[in-house]
Amino acid sequence: MSDAPATWRPATEETPLVRRLLIGSVLGILALLLLAPLVAVFVEALRKGWWEAVTSLANPEGLAAIRLTLTVAAIAVPLNAVFGIAAAWFITKYDFRGKALLITLIDLPFSVSPVVVGLCVVLTFGANTWVGGMMVDAGYPIVFALPGIVLASMIVTFPFVARELIPVMVEQGRAEEEAALTLGASGWRTFLTVTLPNIRWALLYGVLLCNARAMGEFGAVAVVSGKIRGQTATMPITIEMLYNEYLSVAAFTLAAVLAFLGFLTLGLKTFLEIRHADALAATRRH
Amino acid sequence: MHIEIDEISKSFGTTAALHPVSLAVPSGALVALLGPSGSGKTTLLRILGGLEYPTSGRVLFDGQDATGLTVQQRRAGFVFQSYALFRHMTVFDNIAYGLKARPRASRPAKAEVARRVTRLLDLIQLPDIGARYPSQLSGGQRQRVALARALAIEPRMLLLDEPFGALDAKVRKELRQGLRDIHDTTGLTTVFVTHDQDEAMELADLVVVMSMGRIEQIGKPQDIRARPASAFVREFISA
Repeated sequence: MSDAPATWRPATEETPLVRRLLIGSVLGILALLLLAPLVAVFVEALRKGWWEAVTSLANPEGLAAIRLTLTVAAIAVPLNAVFGIAAAWFITKYDFRGKALLITLIDLPFSVSPVVVGLCVVLTFGANTWVGGMMVDAGYPIVFALPGIVLASMIVTFPFVARELIPVMVEQGRAEEEAALTLGASGWRTFLTVTLPNIRWALLYGVLLCNARAMGEFGAVAVVSGKIRGQTATMPITIEMLYNEYLSVAAFTLAAVLAFLGFLTLGLKTFLEIRHADALAATRRH
Repeated sequence: MHIEIDEISKSFGTTAALHPVSLAVPSGALVALLGPSGSGKTTLLRILGGLEYPTSGRVLFDGQDATGLTVQQRRAGFVFQSYALFRHMTVFDNIAYGLKARPRASRPAKAEVARRVTRLLDLIQLPDIGARYPSQLSGGQRQRVALARALAIEPRMLLLDEPFGALDAKVRKELRQGLRDIHDTTGLTTVFVTHDQDEAMELADLVVVMSMGRIEQIGKPQDIRARPASAFVREFISA
């Protein structure tokens, strides 16, 4: 290729000018829309120094918000991972009537506003409904308490895992599972040794997205939580309340912590991808 | 093992994939199910393997009713059309899969598993590929690994779905002989599905010509060539 004339270039490549323009505009948009706001959050949080930032959170309400958000994610994400796998399995491994309808139904939380989801939870499980009333009588209210927040977060984040898994499982087909069955493996063993290893990367990605969204969910939680300080106020809710009270250092510090938790999940994903690069390459479609 | 298919039919919803068909496969025979796509040959093979249940009719293994046996209980070595090797496992682990999946009581020890896998790799004449992944193999190698994996469970019969379909013409010819050799060595009753009449005629002891969910003719290759039973058969084998 070295003896090609200087003006020669492959048909699929742009001229250097166009290339630089394209790359430049992408980087510019990234910087403007993603990087700058993120930097601003951290700058605002540390405006009055580290000490001020740390002490703004070191109060019962701030710590309760962090604890509540982590608790909600710790319950909602594993449950949604299980439900997502079950839904994807059901949709891709079986043929039945109404499949398209079910897929649409799974997507519903994506197309409905989270506030509406929150209202639906209140209307279905509130204290003046049959189920909600029974739970209040038993001493476990759903709305304005942890179960309601978990429920709302789960509904909003339900599609993430299933949506990631369905295309992968459709592409892989049923042949490997069928092969395992003919070799004498039980259904459960087939799932653990064949299905799960084949979907693990899509599953991981779905779980991480689900986790990020569960921790950050605002609209639905705002409706069902009742925003009780120190009890049902999650991190996003607390951030909004602090911000409205002009406690900007506390608000931005909590926002920075939330953003940091998001980085942590992304970092974890990248780390796993690098560590298992070999296995990842080997499991690509042959 | 002697296989008997007794008035098996299969319909998916309102479409009939198989009209009642009957067929006896003598013990140790190498049988080809030959027909164009949509003739029901793969459905029939999957019913034998227990991957599909018939709408009506019975399957008998050595005279015993096997219709209700699960896919695991059938112990049929099944080779899939695109081989369905476990892409995240090495060739060794692929072949060992069936042995490791056995209930604890009948599961061979680790050393015994290794010994059997080595012996199977020798049988398919690829002794050195145990540590590779399926994505690192050629099409012909994959087919032979799939065969070894199916043989590892000490199957009662061997069922192959278009075993040469995904291979180029030269490799196909070589592997035909390979399958014949393995069949003759193991003595397993073997049924394979193909749409290639050359392949069926050259390889099989008994050819079953199928069309539109019906069996058109059953016979030895030379008999089918000499006396095609219907216009369809005459046309199909001369193509």
